[in-house]
Amino acid sequence: MPVIDISKDIDTRTLTITAEFAAPVQRLWDLYADPRQLERVWGPPTYPATFVDHALTPGSRSTYYMTSPEGERFYGFWEITSVTEPTGFAFDDGFADADFAPQPGMPVSGNAVVFEPAGDGTRATWTSRYATAEDMRKVLDMGMEEGAREAMGQIDDLLAEIA
Amino acid sequence: MDTTDEDRADALFHALSDRTRRDIMRRVLAGEHSVSSLAASYDMSFAAVQKHVAVLERAGLLSKRRSGREQLATGEVDAVRSVASMLDELEAVWRGRIDRIDELLARSPTRLTRFTDSSSPDKET
Repeated sequence: MPVIDISKDIDTRTLTITAEFAAPVQRLWDLYADPRQLERVWGPPTYPATFVDHALTPGSRSTYYMTSPEGERFYGFWEITSVTEPTGFAFDDGFADADFAPQPGMPVSGNAVVFEPAGDGTRATWTSRYATAEDMRKVLDMGMEEGAREAMGQIDDLLAEIA
Repeated sequence: MDTTDEDRADALFHALSDRTRRDIMRRVLAGEHSVSSLAASYDMSFAAVQKHVAVLERAGLLSKRRSGREQLATGEVDAVRSVASMLDELEAVWRGRIDRIDELLARSPTRLTRFTDSSSPDKET
């Protein structure tokens, strides 16, 4: 497992996750810079992502959609807020309508990723932050397969407590 | 726990004390279902299933909305989720992404050229 560290801050609703990869920093950068590679990792296999526009330049907007097993599309965008090629970038991730216009009232998460050399490989650290608990809930409700599985695990936990 | 919390816990535990209602919860937590499609999943009358849905709704475990002739039920994930557990869910999402990155890098660790043929992602070089 490449994940080496995780920290969660309940008060700021922030997840920080660090992983190491057996590839140079430039390779990680290239993966994120190339929409065809990025879409293969952004969505789970059951909700594959398709990036329509994507460029890692400050102020640029990336657009993508994720397709549910039933064929329903969930549209999203990234607003690239800062870029330090090739060691990282920051972006806001939000929900969009079918024309990729941001959906008012829908949550936007603040995200950053930093790549640094670690031995022969790369250590990558992601930070993801939501403004409110309600925002997090909405995001987790919106077609995230992993999230749904966890939610079902939770109800099983809850039932185990009752039993 | 104050009285309100106790009342809420009573309603919650009562709602979940029934096998069919637990099964309904698993379905509606995974996504919105019409009450009629839920009813079709069980060997009981539509009215009986509707009654179960109403118990879950009163306990705050699901919410309903109307869409034409359909009544659509969605699990109130809030009711079973704390901020801590939501962070756990986000962790699962990011772990999934990290695993996929690792997999992709393992297949082409030093490749600098772009993937151009997205229609056949398994094709290398």
